[in-house]
Amino acid sequence: MKYLCLIYDQESKWATMPKAESDAMMAEYGAFTESVKNSGQYVGGDALQPTHTATTIRVRNGKVSATDGPFAETKEQLGGYYLIEAKDLNAAVQVASRIPSAKVGCVEVRPVMVYGQQ
Amino acid sequence: MSRPDAAIRNVVDAVYRADSRRVLATLIRLLGDFDVAEEAMHDAFMAALERWSETGIPGNPRAWLISTGRFKAIDQLRRRARFDASLVTLVQQLGDGVQSAADFDDDAVEDDRLRLIFTCCHPALAIDARVALTLREVCGLETEAIARAFLTSAPALAQRIVRAKGKIRDARIPYQIPSRADLPERLDAVLHVVYLVFNEGYSASSGQSLIRPDLTAEAIRLARLLVELLPDPEAIGLLALVLLHDSRRAARTSPAGALVLLDDQDRTSWNREQIAEGLALVERALSSQRFGPYTLQAAIAAVHAEAASAAATDWRQIVGLYDVLLRVNPSPVVELNRAAAIAMADGAEAGLAMVDGILARGDLADYHLAHAARADLCRRLGRVDEAIASYRRAAGLTRQEPERRFLAGRLAELRRLGDRKRNGE
Repeated sequence: MKYLCLIYDQESKWATMPKAESDAMMAEYGAFTESVKNSGQYVGGDALQPTHTATTIRVRNGKVSATDGPFAETKEQLGGYYLIEAKDLNAAVQVASRIPSAKVGCVEVRPVMVYGQQ
Repeated sequence: MSRPDAAIRNVVDAVYRADSRRVLATLIRLLGDFDVAEEAMHDAFMAALERWSETGIPGNPRAWLISTGRFKAIDQLRRRARFDASLVTLVQQLGDGVQSAADFDDDAVEDDRLRLIFTCCHPALAIDARVALTLREVCGLETEAIARAFLTSAPALAQRIVRAKGKIRDARIPYQIPSRADLPERLDAVLHVVYLVFNEGYSASSGQSLIRPDLTAEAIRLARLLVELLPDPEAIGLLALVLLHDSRRAARTSPAGALVLLDDQDRTSWNREQIAEGLALVERALSSQRFGPYTLQAAIAAVHAEAASAAATDWRQIVGLYDVLLRVNPSPVVELNRAAAIAMADGAEAGLAMVDGILARGDLADYHLAHAARADLCRRLGRVDEAIASYRRAAGLTRQEPERRFLAGRLAELRRLGDRKRNGE
């Protein structure tokens, strides 16, 4: 079963983080990615550009509106994701809890819907 | 189809009461789905009503029911699979599962009961959903009864249960006993649910009556089941705690339904049997040296249970136990209880200073019992006006009718006292 791990943390923290600290964080991410690739649980994953690059699209009555930024101002922003393969939620939580940002922000774990199968 | 006679109906009813939760727990494992298993269990009991009058009662009714339920569920799914191709693989998987005698032996069945408890109390479920699901699936309470106990509507509660089952299925919460590494944390989550059920029954958070005996009885049954299946010190401590508190049930309310405080209770009406069992369990939990907050709270309840009166209570020991509890489980409510014990051990003045300290921090500003405790201490110290102000505050915050009446009674008493004082001086 596939689970999407959505990583939320404070962008502003990343922006103001001393270089040594962000290097350490990146190294942790590298090690984590390596470990899920080795265990065969890695399906995909990316970091996202900060929210100031985001555009929100809505189509209403056939009219497209594109507005700047994410819909709601929240304390933590979506900053990246991993798509993983895990046998059940406990296993997915086990993996997600090792994502470095879980220590400072949070990780939302969502099962991926599979159509045509119960 | 022959009509089941009364004797068979009685036997089936008795088996249902004793074993339906075990049958359900095993069927969930075999069929992999709560709803399918529930339907299968009901079909199996219906079949028992019809067939046992012809074939006689089977040697192992539980195994018969599990096996019949499983067969009926697969049959049902096979029929549905004719119209729904997505079910074909599922039916094959279930049908291929070889059924062995080991599926029905006592150890396997007791493990299934633990799987059910841990799944219903999984931390990925919302806490109110855990409580509702546990009462429904583990205790077998009807949705209407649970809704009534929690003063919510039956449809809303049913919705909560449906959503929780949906999450178990769709997020694939496994039907498992947690690994050794996860066990302490997961057991905590289970104990917390039992504790919440007991608390709601013992001191309903709102409504007309103080006590909901149906909920306290379920909590005691659940705690007993846990001790039986997994005799962890804290499970034992929790069973002791609920027994010792429940032992005072008859003394906690007057015949008119009014609240009677611990100090004023008629201790001869405390349930001695529950106290004896509770005291033995506290000893057992304490001797493990691995106890936690539930055992400590039970130990405090045990000191009360052993005292002939409030005055004869070993308040020093209670303060000491609260000191340990505060270290293990720091919380403003524990601090408040400790302050009340200090007031008994060292005098109301000392207790009041601590309560005021806690209130000044603002943690318990909206907690009615904090203001009630302050009011009581002021009353004992003869500070009538302060006592009146705090009782008023407490009465404004409580959501429970007997408590509100109790506070109103104290207020009226103090006002009379205040008037007399003013007139006399």
